[in-house]
Parts: sequence; C-alpha cells; structure tokens
Amino acid sequence: MAVLGSFALLLALALSVYTFLAGIIALIEGAGSERIGETARRAGIATFGAVLLASVILVICAFHDDFSIAYIFHHSNRDLPGPYKFAVLWSGQEGSLLFWSLLLAAYGFVLRLRYKTDPRLFAYASVVLAGVQIFFLLLLNFAANPFGILEGPLRPDGSGLNPLLQYPEMVIHPPMLYLGYVGFTVPFAFALGALIMKYPGEKWIHITRRWTMVTWAFLTCGVFLGAHWAYSVLGWGGYWGWDPVENASLMPWLTGTAFLHSVMMQEKRGMLKMWNMWLVFATFWLAILGTFLTRSGIIASVHAFAQSSIGDWFAWFLCITLAVFLFFFFTNKSSLRSEHKLESLISRESSFLFNNLLFVLLCFTVLWGTWFPKISELVQGNKVTVGGPFYNRVAIPVALLLLILTAVGPLLAWRKTSLESLKRNFLWPTIGAIAVALFLIITPQSWGSPFGLRPWQDISYFYSLMAIALAVLVILTVASEFYRGGRVISKHTGQGMFASMVQLTHRNTRRYGGYIVHFGVVVVIIGFAGAAFNQDKEMEMANGDKMSIGPYSLICRSYTEDDNPNFASQWAILDIYKGGKQIGTMTPVRRFYKASQQTSTMPDIRSGLNEDLYLVFEGLNQDNGHPIIKAHLNALVMWIWMGVWIMLIGTVLALVPNAPAPVRVPAPARLETAPVTGD
Amino acid sequence: MPRSNTFSKLGAPLLASFARSGSLRRKLAQTLLLCAAVIALVGAGDPASRFNEIGHQMMCICGCNQILLECNHVGCPASDGMRNELMTAVSRGDSDSLVEQSFVQKYGPTVLAAPTAKGFDRAAYIVPFAALFFGFSLIVLVIRAWKNRPAPALADGLHPVAGAELEQFRDQARKETDL
Repeated sequence: MAVLGSFALLLALALSVYTFLAGIIALIEGAGSERIGETARRAGIATFGAVLLASVILVICAFHDDFSIAYIFHHSNRDLPGPYKFAVLWSGQEGSLLFWSLLLAAYGFVLRLRYKTDPRLFAYASVVLAGVQIFFLLLLNFAANPFGILEGPLRPDGSGLNPLLQYPEMVIHPPMLYLGYVGFTVPFAFALGALIMKYPGEKWIHITRRWTMVTWAFLTCGVFLGAHWAYSVLGWGGYWGWDPVENASLMPWLTGTAFLHSVMMQEKRGMLKMWNMWLVFATFWLAILGTFLTRSGIIASVHAFAQSSIGDWFAWFLCITLAVFLFFFFTNKSSLRSEHKLESLISRESSFLFNNLLFVLLCFTVLWGTWFPKISELVQGNKVTVGGPFYNRVAIPVALLLLILTAVGPLLAWRKTSLESLKRNFLWPTIGAIAVALFLIITPQSWGSPFGLRPWQDISYFYSLMAIALAVLVILTVASEFYRGGRVISKHTGQGMFASMVQLTHRNTRRYGGYIVHFGVVVVIIGFAGAAFNQDKEMEMANGDKMSIGPYSLICRSYTEDDNPNFASQWAILDIYKGGKQIGTMTPVRRFYKASQQTSTMPDIRSGLNEDLYLVFEGLNQDNGHPIIKAHLNALVMWIWMGVWIMLIGTVLALVPNAPAPVRVPAPARLETAPVTGD
Repeated sequence: MPRSNTFSKLGAPLLASFARSGSLRRKLAQTLLLCAAVIALVGAGDPASRFNEIGHQMMCICGCNQILLECNHVGCPASDGMRNELMTAVSRGDSDSLVEQSFVQKYGPTVLAAPTAKGFDRAAYIVPFAALFFGFSLIVLVIRAWKNRPAPALADGLHPVAGAELEQFRDQARKETDL
C-alpha cells in the first residue's frame, strides 16, 4: 500500500508539472494551441484523482493499523476509535500537508470543470493553482512523505494520537481551517491571472466573489471551532491564548475580511483595484506564512509541529511567490487605475478605507506581536514574551474603533453623505446605546455579569462597557436599516412588516446578509466583553467538601475511576447548587491515554446565557488522594458561539441569489378612440 | 499601580492647562481630575486582587506557554512555587514593580507576559499605534488628493451633475424611496 501511495504522489507531481508547463505554453502561444491548453486542463483534473488516491490509501492504512508506515505508527494505535483513525489524515505534519494538497487539488478540480465561464482567465488561474500545487507535491515527495517506512523491526502497536486531538471537534476543526487557508488560493489565482493578462473590468471579482465568501465562512468556522476546542479540551478556562498558531489563523482571516469589504468599492465604483490586488495576495501569503511559522520551529508555540527542515521550503516558497507577485504588479499596474474619484470624507467609500486600515492594522499588530520575541532577540539579545496582556492593550482599542465603523459605515451613502442624514440615521441608535451603557453602570452588581459595570474600577471594565455599548449601537443601526427598508416595501405592497423585511433581504441578499453577519460579529464581541467578569477558584475537595464561586455552590459527592482499551479515566462527581437549590451534577474527567502515555483533562461545562460554570479535575493530591478541582465562572461565553452561528447564517444568506426586482411597466397612454358609429 | 500613577502624572498638567481657559472647561477639568484620582486610588487593591492581577501579567516558566494563574498542570514543576512566591511578595506589601523585578531577576525577562514599557520593548507598543497614525494620515491625504482630481469626462452633450442640481436629485431620490 505504501508503494502505491508513493506512486500516486509522484504521479500527481508529474501531472501538476504538466498542467503548469503546458498551461503556460498554451497561454503564450495563444490561438492555435487550444489542444495543448485542453490537455493541461485535463491533467489538472487528473491531479485531483491522483492526490485523492494517495489520501484514501493513507486512511486505509490507518484503519488497517499498518504500523510499517512511520506516519501511521506515530499518529495512531489499534484501539483508537474509527473517527480519529480517519482524522489521522490531518493529525500530523506529513498527513496535513497531504490533506492541504488534496483540498487544493479539489478546488482546482472544480475550477477546471467550470472553465467555460471565461476560458482564458480560468486557464491563467489554473496555471497559478498548478504552481502552488507543485510546491506542496514536491514537499510531499521529497521532504515530508506520509508513506515513509518505519525503520527497525515492525511494532505491534502505534504510539497513538495526541490525546488533545481525541475530541470530536478535532475531526472537523482542521478540515474547516484548511478549507479556509487553501480556499484563498483560488481568489489569489484569479487575481494574479487577471493581473498578468491585464484583464479589463471587474469580471474576475464577480467570478471569485462566491469563492471568497465560502472560503471566508470556512475560515471563520475553523478559527472559532479551534477556539471552542481550546475551551472544551485544554482546561485552562479560556478560548484564545494568542499563541502563534492561533495568530496564524487569525491573520489571513483579518485581511480576507478586509478584502470582502474593499472588493465592493471595486465592484461598485471601480476603485481600490491595486489595494484589492495586494489584499488578496496578502491573504494567500499570510496563510502560507502561518504554516511556515508553525512548522519551521522559528517561533515557539505549544501547538507547533516539531521543528523540521520543511521550514526552509516554506521560506523559499514565500520568497518566490512574493517575487512573482511583485514582478507582475509593477509590470502591469497601469491596468489597475481607479475609474472614479473619492468625493467626500463622509461617504461609504471613505468608511471602507478606514475599515480596511483597521483590519490591516489589526493583522499587522498580530504579526508584529508574533514576531516581536524574535525581533527583540535580534536587537537586544534576549527574548521577551508577547502574550495576552500585550494584545489586550494594543488590539482592543483598535477593535473598538472598528466596531464604531461597523455601526457607522453601512448607513453612509456612496459618494457623499450629508450631516442631516447622519443625524437622522444615528440619533436614536446613539441614544439607545448610551441608555444601555448607563443602565449597565447604575444596576447593582448583585444582578450578575454584565450588570453593575463600573468602568472606573478597572480598565477591563471600561473596555467591556465600551464594547457592549458599541455593540448595541451596531445592533440598533442594523435593525433600523431593516425597519426602514421594510417600511418602504410594506407601504408599496401592503404586506406586513416581517414579510416586507424578508422580501427586502431576498432582493439584496448580499447587503442584508452582510448586516446579519455584522449582527453576529457584535454578538461575538459581547461574548468577548464578558471576559472582564471571569472568576476562578481552586480547591482540594474531600467527599462532602464545599466550594463557592459566584452564585454557585459545589459539593464533592464522590470520586471514581473507569477504564477502556484506549484510556483510563478518573472522575470527580460534584453536586451543583444555586440559590440553595440543587440544579445538577457535574463530572469533570481526567484521562490517561495508554498508547501515548499522556494525560489529558476533559472539563465539564454547564453553559448558560449569562455565564458558564467550567469545572476542571486537575488530579489527585498524592498525599491524601483528594481530588483537586478548579472552577471557572466565565461570563457570556455562549454569546461567542451563538454569534458565530449568526455570522454563518448571514454568510449563507449573502450567497443566495437575489430575487428579481419587480418590473414596473409604465401605464400605456390612453388612446384617443374614435366615436363608435353604429349601424 | 504603575499604570494609574503614570496616568495621573501625565494627566494632571494637561488638565490644569486646559482648566485655565474658561469656567466650563474648569469644571470639566476638575471632574476629569477627580476621575483620574479615583483611577489612581484603584491601584491600592487588596492582596487577593493584586495577586490575581500580577499573576495574570506573568507566565508559567515550565514551557506550557500559559499565563501563570492559568497554568493547569497538576505536578507542574514551576507554577506552584511561583504562585507561592507571588503570594508571599504581595502579602509582604512589595510594590508591583518590585515583584516584577524580582521575578525577572530570578526567571528572566520571558516571565513577563507582555513587553515592558522600557528600552527597546517600548517599540512593541509604539509601532502599532504609529502605524495607525500613519495609515490614518495617509487615508486623509489620499482622500484629499482624490477630491482634487478632475472628474472623468462624460460623453458629448452631458455634463456632470453637481451643486444645487445634485442636491435636488438627492432629495428626489430620498422622497421616492422614503428613506
């Protein structure tokens, strides 16, 4: 099987090289070379078949416990449950590179099947995709082969999958993230193709709009699934630790989000063409840079794969892609001139400019923070840590500015907005936001979070209050947009308000889907704002011992153990009381995985709309055998997960084609009829 | 707390000069000064909250890359000892900066969860805000340049709509869409 897998990878490489070279020849020769171009397209389609074959073989080897393959030996074991054996494909370095290559080939497969939309532009995009594919297949064949044979005698069992990865979300989190990372190669391929051929108009933007949105949705899903996995598995009570690997996923998301906004300027006004070209390149490049960071060992990370030589490969690839892009950009930038001028500072266009500035600045801050330990080491000879407190100080003020723009931007008119219109649109939402802020300040703290927010007590409370007030401002402006649009339709059609708003959304799904995405974002922000109210407590608990945290009382009822072929587990059983009444029993677990000889915690989380009770069984006191329990009371966390669902719903809605606008037929002029003369 | 003290030192002269220019401003300045004083006093917290605050500004040095008070390894060779040291220092009444200095001396600069506002480390904070300022200025300049750019030529016989005529069309559009 390993030989067949290796052969499939070599075949895929040969096909990709052919796609690339024959594609270039066909494009250079132009008319008369359609046959070569067609063979290149078909070779590209066949590449998908070859990479798929290699991936299927690797999964089959995992299910057959073929420990002669080093990758399977290091990432699986006989008693590993089936879904995790499937997930072995992306659980280690070599497998995840194969998975990346598979997704790239799959995107290329779809692209090459749909080539009739614009054969020449698609041919350019196909060549760019093939170039990227060649890099990954070179890596797989010569630097990180997943079918490498284990040296030494054949082992009876594998060393098992990392316990932290044995969680249902890890079966879907990496595919989502990779679909996002890899997906941004497609808009980049079209952009570079359009740049090389000096493509007139914005057609490439229209072609890639859905690709970009779908890819963005996958990346969003991947980033937040990672956050949810960290929250549910790592047991430190948080969802985001500003680790370089997490940062690596955030950076392309930020530039991709900026691109989704600024691309509207190009579509509607023919502006920001050069900027969009840079943004789409930056998004693609940052996805690769993130992979370089995590696999080269250059930046320390708890998530990082082991240091290996493939970091050099990525560094070269980054340099080559940058050089290619710069060459074509400076050669052909004359084709990217703006068609219109910007007329006013208070306009939709300028709000997009500031929006882009803040997104790119946030991305730069994350990149700067990720690299600063290395820079500090180079400049002053010693490393420093750049953790959560740094990002909280620098990124939060920028994020709050972005939230203000989220409220203001959509209500500004294209070209120019009058101050009267601003006043009319913002008066009530602003009053509403201030009222909510005052209400949160004057309410008693005994109501629980986020009530009784005293911004002068701590800077984190100030940020929380600002975030919640601005989130309310965004929600009210979005609601007012739906209301005013719905009212117009209702007036003209006589429909009810809700039906009118549905019709309004259906007529311009992109705009109103976008508003729903904004609504989701502010719900997520409210969830983030809750972090200011988090509490935690740790206690050694014998049977009958009681711990109090916030409104909850925890009484340790018992401690027990369990065993299965994959892991042994220890459980603490705790009764939970609120207001003197028992509301449930919670069982945080600690597992010992036999194959890998590693321990992992599985927190028990009781989620509520205003707070999560999060219990971690940290282990047993070696002296007296009492369980050590750490309890976290995390405010508003559920809002984050709800917000993500809303964002995804909004994105799906924005992908739905618009309903046709009602056609108004002008009433025909009355005809002057001749008097009827009867017989 | 150093943050609050810095705020008071920077804020007081600024607010004082502001206060000289009128009674309304004077009242505003007094209110802001009061707020600054309140914020400065917030620094004098109880040992438990100081322990919590400083503990969240430091890293566990066991290699887990976690904030000291968030390190959740039972049997971690470092975090228990570090927490005890921190609690002892806070109970003794050591100032925040003294606690940080002693930890840096013992465990090295990577024990702090964020760069300090001293020496080259200051660049970590200055660069993002300088970039913000630079980007903001650039956008304003770009918008000005674009505004001064001549309007694109229209087909023969057409002239660009501007001024009162443009406002008239805008009003008409507003009325027709009722927005």
